[in-house]
Amino acid sequence: MTIATLTHAIEHGLSEDEWKHVLQVLNRAPNLTELGIFSVMWSEHCSYKSSRVHLRKLPTTAPWVIQGPGENAGVIDIGDGDAIIFKMESHNHPSFIEPYQGAATGVGGIMRDVFTMGARPIAMLNALRFGEPSHPKTRHLVAGVVAGIGGYGNCMGVPTVGGEVNFHRAYNGNILVNAMCVGLAKTNKIFLSAAKGAGNPVVYVGSKTGRDGIHGATMASAEFDDASDEKRPTVQVGDPFTEKLLLEACLELMATDAIIGIQDMGAAGLTSSSCEMADKGGSGLELNLDKVPCREKGMTPYEMMLSESQERMLMVLKPGREAEAEKIFRKWELDFAIIGITTDTKRLVLNFKGETVADIPVAALADEAPLYERPWTEPERPKALAELPEPTSISEALARLVASPDLASRRWVWEQYDSTVMADTVQKPGGDAAIVRIHRTNKAVAMTCDVTPRYVQADPYLGGVQAVAENWRNLTAVGALPLAITDNLNFGNPQRPEIMGQFVLAVRGIGDACRALDFPVVSGNVSLYNETNGQGILPTPAIGGVGLLLDVTKHASIAFKAAGETIVVIGETKGHMGQSSYVREIHGREDGTPPPVDLKAERRNGEFVRGFITSGRVSTVHDVSDGGLAVAIAEMAMASGIGASVAAPATVSRAGFWFGEDQARYVLSATAAEAEQICAQAKQAGIAAFVLGTTHGEALKIDGEDAFPVARLRQGHEEWLPKLMAGA
Amino acid sequence: MKAAVVVFPASNCDRDVAMALERANGRPPAMVWHGDASLPDGLDLIVLPGGFSYGDYLRCGAMAAHSPIVRDVIARAKKGTPVLGICNGFQILCETGLLPGVLMRNASLKFVSRSVTMTVEGANTMFTARYKPGQKIKLPVAHGDGNYFADDETLDRIESEGLVALRYVEGCNPNGAARNIAGIFNGKRTILGLMPHPERAAEALLGGVDGAVIFDSLAGALP
Repeated sequence: MTIATLTHAIEHGLSEDEWKHVLQVLNRAPNLTELGIFSVMWSEHCSYKSSRVHLRKLPTTAPWVIQGPGENAGVIDIGDGDAIIFKMESHNHPSFIEPYQGAATGVGGIMRDVFTMGARPIAMLNALRFGEPSHPKTRHLVAGVVAGIGGYGNCMGVPTVGGEVNFHRAYNGNILVNAMCVGLAKTNKIFLSAAKGAGNPVVYVGSKTGRDGIHGATMASAEFDDASDEKRPTVQVGDPFTEKLLLEACLELMATDAIIGIQDMGAAGLTSSSCEMADKGGSGLELNLDKVPCREKGMTPYEMMLSESQERMLMVLKPGREAEAEKIFRKWELDFAIIGITTDTKRLVLNFKGETVADIPVAALADEAPLYERPWTEPERPKALAELPEPTSISEALARLVASPDLASRRWVWEQYDSTVMADTVQKPGGDAAIVRIHRTNKAVAMTCDVTPRYVQADPYLGGVQAVAENWRNLTAVGALPLAITDNLNFGNPQRPEIMGQFVLAVRGIGDACRALDFPVVSGNVSLYNETNGQGILPTPAIGGVGLLLDVTKHASIAFKAAGETIVVIGETKGHMGQSSYVREIHGREDGTPPPVDLKAERRNGEFVRGFITSGRVSTVHDVSDGGLAVAIAEMAMASGIGASVAAPATVSRAGFWFGEDQARYVLSATAAEAEQICAQAKQAGIAAFVLGTTHGEALKIDGEDAFPVARLRQGHEEWLPKLMAGA
Repeated sequence: MKAAVVVFPASNCDRDVAMALERANGRPPAMVWHGDASLPDGLDLIVLPGGFSYGDYLRCGAMAAHSPIVRDVIARAKKGTPVLGICNGFQILCETGLLPGVLMRNASLKFVSRSVTMTVEGANTMFTARYKPGQKIKLPVAHGDGNYFADDETLDRIESEGLVALRYVEGCNPNGAARNIAGIFNGKRTILGLMPHPERAAEALLGGVDGAVIFDSLAGALP
């Protein structure tokens, strides 16, 4: 066994101080296998060493939270003995290098995180960020990532029901692929990862271990440069067929009481799964690596411990239950191997060919991993936006906006995802939030992913607040009671104080918004070092939210339902134009301050709107976000083919009124009598509400301008992405 | 009606079709594992569900067509037991030769998931009795390999014998299928293979009930 040196340590991505810490922990120099284990466990990806001190400040509890951060996924109670288990996770670096496999294994990984806790996945969402549309790599990356997400999720038979896609030059060299999985379990059948007790069998199930993905976690913790494509061998290859078998086998075994602890092998494979299980169980593990099912002959302990081969799980069983478990995995034609036992030594001991090849205290790898309070600076705040010229035609500006990269239809993307398998999808992609019914009940969950990276870039704190508020609003707009979020925090290099500043402030914003809206964080993932050649991405804390509908028949969608209805706007329109889509698309500038968020108004207005949906009085609602009121109205018209006549009051500038991105707003449509009552009730409650116009015909008539056919709006809206992807 | 749904490794619409059968028929179907040697006795209907049997490796449906249980499916089908193959089930039926033709990669080379309008062409069968002849219906499709193909002679024969069950409305063909074919019968009209998913269009809440008619027709025809 080769004894490692400082040079090896630096090659493994450890700093000189971290190397000294290793020597101190072991009281000797590690061998190469041990160094490999330290390097992945102490990587940013596994240890959260730069982020943990800040993440601790997030609110993570509520009466309905069963399990907060720290397990494979978060768990919330939705009543009747049902639990929702969910998490979002990034697979950014692999997806940039090999988009199909990178995205596919991202989907597979997050599904395992959810079903390892005992849940059947019932919905997938994904938040994707690509470079500017004209960048030579963009089409290749979009095509590969979308095909990869579909290729894996479709085969698993889990509907992909929502998500978001943005294009921005800041992602040219570093795209973001964040996948969210939502699963359904019983509250009394939730499986945790702790490897409790001594003398219990440690079992490996799933696929065989190969040489793929070695050092994936380390790669995910480094910046990119022009030679990054050479890292392709570190990208894992997925097999959704095996994962589907693994899912069914695990759920079948979970129906018994044979399992003590179970954990998927994700980043850092066997190393992190064994360390985390032992750490949480307060136990030790002794593994015999000769027993690990391997794809190739001659694999070394180093390779086995660092492989990121997919579709594998580690379990601790109750003694005596091995045969019963083995029978299930054999039925599903999966590998099943008893590779070790739990001990009371609190050490991870690895044996191979009669020799001990690693012996490390578990705590040093897990809980006692390095922790950094990195220096950070307040970013410079942008100046308020200078006054803009009024547009000559609101309708023409609107047509350009709905056909712009960030607002154009995503149909080309979601038609490649099976969104209706499992036959419980009530609201498909294209609305404010997806709705999936809880099987054989009248309840449903609503789900959405949101963040506005340009807001976070301009003001990280406010951007963090806004991302949570918009998520909460989107869930509310379909009639759901928002319950909890998962956060996927994508940032640049934390060793640069200005990037660390973005992180710290955005997390602070998220925390404040979550507290104000009773919307705790129950799981999450941090992805740092999203930089190429020193150019960071826009700070992108993607928020995945879940809400509950107690009666799924009472929900709302964005499409106008009938002509002759009255359109009502809830919430105050001040015409805030800073950082708006309009300023970016029409004036070619990313300028000004993002819109302020009044969390009290957000909550008050949202609860007001939700009440009308859940009582069955209103079924057409859309939240107002990118592109403001005009885009919201256009989307409601395009979703239905029904037009509208709308007019702005003379109180604010026309551009500001139609395209400003003030928060806490919703557009409703209802019968004239119902609308009158809504406005009266709003007045009583001190909520801004006014009548914007009525639905009719097949065109939009804005402020008396010439009627603009909805079909023409829709053509531009639908055409943009297919044209881009066809290279036209 | 006594129905059975065959479950292959990576079938993933088995539960959905079982629900649709239960809704139409008042009782759940038997779920039969691919490794079993035979189907239960006295079956009125065998269903091959959608999914990715055996991971779609080799070719969609090719490995399932040679699985132990499918030998019995073929034997029963030849004796006249009705068979419904949906999506991957349709692919399997073509691979076994119980239905003519093959399903190739979609012409777009992309997976396609959307609601598609089609015409019910063959309405006087146990599968379609409760549709009006020529009725336009909307069903979801979700597949990567739904591009129906057969040589011209076969296609002419299918057409002349009235064995086209469902045809995509012109302009709505999602996969490039020859002559817009979405589903076909065997000569005796005891076997139906179709690419769209009627089991996902069996409730108004989920966007339509056009698919439920197939299960209602079967429940009515096979008491």
